[in-house]
Amino acid sequence: MTKTNLPPAEDDPHPEHSRDAPLSIHDLTVAYHRKPVIWDIDLDLPEGKLIAVVGPNGAGKSTLLKACLDLIPRVSGDIRVYGKPYRQQRSLIGYVPQRESVDWDFPVSALEVVTMGVYGSIGWFRPVLRKHRAKAQEALEKVGIGHLAGRQISQLSGGQQQRVFLARALAQEAQLYFMDEPFAAVDAATERAIVALLRELQQQGKTCLVVHHDLATVARYFDHVILLNMRVVAAGPTAEVFHNENLQKTYGGKMPLLEEAGQALRQNLS
Amino acid sequence: MTWYTMDTWIVVVGALAGIACAIPGCFLVLRQMSMMGDAISHAVLPGLALAFLITGSRASVTMFIGAALIGLLTAVFTQWISSWGKVERGASMGIVFTTLFAVGLLLIVQAAHHVELDPGCVLYGALELTPLDTVTPLFWLGLGWETPRAFVVLGIITLVNLALLLLFYKEFKISSFDPNLATTLGINAQKMHYLLMSMVAVTTVAAFEAVGSILVIALLIVPAATAYLLTDRLSTMLLLGGGFGVLAAAMGHFLAVWLPEVHGLPDVSSAGLVAVTSGIFFAAAVLLAPRYGMLGKFLNRRPLKKHKAATPLSPEKT
Ligand SMILES: Nc1ncnc2c1ncn2[C@@H]1O[C@H](COP(=O)(O)OP(=O)(O)OP(=O)(O)O)[C@@H](O)[C@H]1O
Ligand SMILES: [Mg+2]
Repeated sequence: MTKTNLPPAEDDPHPEHSRDAPLSIHDLTVAYHRKPVIWDIDLDLPEGKLIAVVGPNGAGKSTLLKACLDLIPRVSGDIRVYGKPYRQQRSLIGYVPQRESVDWDFPVSALEVVTMGVYGSIGWFRPVLRKHRAKAQEALEKVGIGHLAGRQISQLSGGQQQRVFLARALAQEAQLYFMDEPFAAVDAATERAIVALLRELQQQGKTCLVVHHDLATVARYFDHVILLNMRVVAAGPTAEVFHNENLQKTYGGKMPLLEEAGQALRQNLS
Repeated sequence: MTWYTMDTWIVVVGALAGIACAIPGCFLVLRQMSMMGDAISHAVLPGLALAFLITGSRASVTMFIGAALIGLLTAVFTQWISSWGKVERGASMGIVFTTLFAVGLLLIVQAAHHVELDPGCVLYGALELTPLDTVTPLFWLGLGWETPRAFVVLGIITLVNLALLLLFYKEFKISSFDPNLATTLGINAQKMHYLLMSMVAVTTVAAFEAVGSILVIALLIVPAATAYLLTDRLSTMLLLGGGFGVLAAAMGHFLAVWLPEVHGLPDVSSAGLVAVTSGIFFAAAVLLAPRYGMLGKFLNRRPLKKHKAATPLSPEKT
């Protein structure tokens, strides 16, 4: 045991954290090759909200998501999902990775990719059955591309590929969703479809943590926002924390982005 | 042309090697890790030599375990070097397997002073000689059925690989396509990676004695890559990969028997011709594959051009 200072899971180690927040992160630090990229992260996500993670390129947004999902090792930090350690709560979590993270030339159809979302509930040594495929088909219909189920995935447009990933997350039937840039390079129609989907998830009491790049739409789409640049600059309800000063602290020194932020604010005010 | 029972055995052994190799081979191709097959099949050399030097015996089981372990170590070292040393995976594979291969050659040359452990045989194998080395695998049942040892070894490996593929089909599929998602679903992609690498190592070692390291690399990658060009489904790709392996073994050996008689070529190697045949299949697929081949791409473009030509630009647009 390296973490001897960690108390047993039964009693609440951090009384200041709410016990059954969908996600509570305590004192998280992550390093690549011994170089820390995010540190001192303390966060509690409110339940049933759409939460944006914003920050400049390289701020560590993807890293934050991956660290919570145990995909990369943590230097320190305690991650709890609905009050229990992450590993016990896997089935409650859905993940939409960045689109570039997979090889779209892989010989699988859209339906097969979506079916992967239910592999967790099928279990080892058991085959994929018709009912699993039916569930996947249903998820595809829900994101509006049911007719493309049989297509090999490289023959889909970028927006359609993004919808496949979302359908896969839907098929997971999770409570807490991690989405890494679902809005990247999609057209207006797809963007609207994704927003509608997020709203629907929210109405079902689910929590979505979404990495988002377009500052202009943050206030319209999200209830909460986490401003991240290697550490948490600010986190809270959008109306309270998404303002010029915080954006400057987050994007500080990057002029073009600062201008963009200013524009976003002007748009919000008007 | 004269075809003996021996020739049939050679084809059967080659075909089994083809099937056994195609299974992990398809996943290597899909993970863009074809080099790993190359690396592991080179790195098993020092394993063979070390096992021999340490135990002093050429008993197959010892050599087999030694080589398979070193093969697996290649995968582990590669992973370490690329995750700790800021070196991308291709390069770290290169570092590991060239080093191990060099050590292996040194050891074999060393060992060769004591016993016949022939480096040439290691590279090219001795497919033609496999029917001569026989065992009686069912002696414990009191049966005296005599059969080539390579047939027994490769038969077992083929069955094991097929069983693993069927048992872990969806796990192999998801961890090859999206290892991060697999891990979040509780299917540890790292473990699946090492299971695949173990299959590569064991298959390589088993096939290698019969067909030599060059043909092993060819059979791991070439039929799988050929199949990849011809289909959009993973299951079809696996079937085609195995099929091309079998076809290459049959045609390759047939050519090895036929060519010397027809053209008076002296003594061509069956293993070599099997590799060449699988290469020809690949070239044919590159040219003729319906969707991903050159012809396919050409034909797919044509109707579009026709269509454009058929709708002349309206005058007001100019
Ligand atoms: N595998 C890796 N090895 C080493 N460094 C990495 C690795 N992945 C990310 N980094 C570094 O960690 C930092 C944070 O990266 P991360 O991908 O989390 O940023 P991001 O906020 O998601 O950026 P983007 O908006 O471009 O997606 C960057 O400086 C990046 O260079
Ligand atoms: Mg990112």
